[in-house]
Amino acid sequence: MTNTRIDRRMAKLKAEGRPALVTYFMGGDPDYDTSLSIMKALPKAGSDVIELGMPFSDPMADGPAIQAAGLRALKAGQTLKKTLAMAADFRKSDDETPIVMMGYYNPIYIYGVERFLADAIQSGIDGLIVVDLPPEMDDELCIPAVRAGINFIRLATPTTDDKRLPKVLENTSGFVYYVSMTGITGSALADTGKVGDAVRRIKGHTHLPVCVGFGVKTAEQARAIGASADGVVVGTAIVNAVANVLGPNGEMTADPAEAVATLVSGLAQGVRQARLAAAE
Amino acid sequence: MNQPVAPNSFRTGPDEQGMFGIFGGRFVAETLMPLILDLEKHWTEARNDPAFKAELDNLNTHYTGRPSPLYFAERLTEHLGGAKIYFKRDELNHTGSHKINNCLGQILLARRMGKKRIIAETGAGQHGVASATVAARFGLPCIVYMGATDVQRQAPNVFRMKLLGAEVRPVTSGHGTLKDAMNEALRDWVTNVDDTYYIIGTAAGPHPYPELVREFQSVIGRETKEQMLAVEGRLPDMLVAAVGGGSNAIGLFHPFLDDKDVRIVGVEAGGKGLSGEEHCASLTAGSPGVLHGNRTYLLQNEDGQIKDGHSISAGLDYPGIGPEHSWLKDSGRVEYVPIMDQEALEAFQMLTKLEGIIPALEPSHALAEVIKRAPKMDKDQIIVMNLCGRGDKDIFTVGKILGVEL
Repeated sequence: MTNTRIDRRMAKLKAEGRPALVTYFMGGDPDYDTSLSIMKALPKAGSDVIELGMPFSDPMADGPAIQAAGLRALKAGQTLKKTLAMAADFRKSDDETPIVMMGYYNPIYIYGVERFLADAIQSGIDGLIVVDLPPEMDDELCIPAVRAGINFIRLATPTTDDKRLPKVLENTSGFVYYVSMTGITGSALADTGKVGDAVRRIKGHTHLPVCVGFGVKTAEQARAIGASADGVVVGTAIVNAVANVLGPNGEMTADPAEAVATLVSGLAQGVRQARLAAAE
Repeated sequence: MNQPVAPNSFRTGPDEQGMFGIFGGRFVAETLMPLILDLEKHWTEARNDPAFKAELDNLNTHYTGRPSPLYFAERLTEHLGGAKIYFKRDELNHTGSHKINNCLGQILLARRMGKKRIIAETGAGQHGVASATVAARFGLPCIVYMGATDVQRQAPNVFRMKLLGAEVRPVTSGHGTLKDAMNEALRDWVTNVDDTYYIIGTAAGPHPYPELVREFQSVIGRETKEQMLAVEGRLPDMLVAAVGGGSNAIGLFHPFLDDKDVRIVGVEAGGKGLSGEEHCASLTAGSPGVLHGNRTYLLQNEDGQIKDGHSISAGLDYPGIGPEHSWLKDSGRVEYVPIMDQEALEAFQMLTKLEGIIPALEPSHALAEVIKRAPKMDKDQIIVMNLCGRGDKDIFTVGKILGVEL
């Protein structure tokens, strides 16, 4: 059992009897400074866990919104080094909120796994979600990360059957990220009843918290998912909130951090009502 | 750098994890992982099933027109004044290139797995046409992802695919190129997991694709070996083939990898030169990285972001390469060299005039390397080059460069 900010935060929320709100945003979108202000706004608006997106040129599991956000960030000069620096900057004023870096393996591989883990620890990173590293590839990053004291959070999907689930859970820590449907990020939300069944199925195999994402956009959905899940992950809706205040040439027509904060406050209310709704 | 110890055989890979040394592997999202394991299981059964082989052999013979001839290029040989040059004429295959060899094998696998829907990615459109062809032959719906810019540049192939009943979906995400088409095909697959079979067009992607594509393309090398022994009574001194993703090359090379006296040369697209950004020489100018399910040499920047490639030939226009080629490069068994756009264009014209064969721009790269090497070799030496595609599709590109309005 690890003891990271994620573990402590999830235990605290469990004691409070409410699910976590996990918020994803793209590091460096639309630029470094604005993105850092978005990151700082997240916990204030009620986010419990932050997923910091690492932009990649070829995000094969992401929908159009996150693809576009990644390209905006890269165009603005974001690199993995800068994404780590953003976490370190954030830590200067917040040493409590867990940070999970999420993205694809190649930029980490090129950075160098050992160097990356050392810098990630230094920057206050608590967990990693690397989409294209299934358990079959655990020697690459998962095992070194766990040894370094960083949670490696695995995705479980509707195609992960009971036979395969133990393999997926084997080296997972922090929480399990259940992808609510087959498909890319930002698609329509799956049937919440089915999601509840899937969460119970996973909980039959692990004591880890189970957070659910892919397709959650509104406070209402967050409340419905939060009734059964230990956490609700919202990504595309946040990335869209940024995109919506950008003009045709990328100029800001309003404050992206404020737009994100408004959305996240609503979502936070949703998760806070989840268990009340479930108890009714 | 330490040179790896030469293995006893170069033909045993990949290992159980799908690795060729450090290359290959299964770098895919969890949603796809069960599908890839299922594909591996069916592939292992199929390759050991005589009925599968018999059906594929039958289609190769009567649908594709195999074996393709091994042709002695007498006038080209005379003109260059060195080694004897043979062409393995896979450009005479049905649909005009080696791509059909792979597509037939994979559609039989898809049928065996009970899949009802075919998806594919394509750059120039050759693999898209071959996929649409086999889908038509077996009555399955086919969706082809193609970069939006390629859709415009390759209008005749887009029309061919549509005639064959396929739906061509232009891809505008990213930069609208072949790698984006592949991303989009993967996104389709990750969404439609139950009924869909993804025919990857080259010997790349997650395991078992590099292995199964190689096996379906190895018919090229097996035939070449037999034909060469029948005509010359010995093996060639050198093999040359173009590498984009590398499927035609691995198909020719693989049966010869343990024949130590056969030199093997893969030819990459040098584009407008390796000093700039406009080339596609992943092995000569790239570095190992992870993309599209496998670790292999890639064109990328220092942050691990993938670059777009450039080549006069759309079929070589991919910033990666099959993982087995990466391993063959590092192990030193195969030599990889770049050929520039201009050299390929000159080779294209030379072959047309000397042998009455219009080659595709992809094998024109291999030919340009043959033109460099043959004169330096003895007259009793033999080169076999894979003439993997015909040039009908390229006459518009070539016409434009030569300033001819078609």
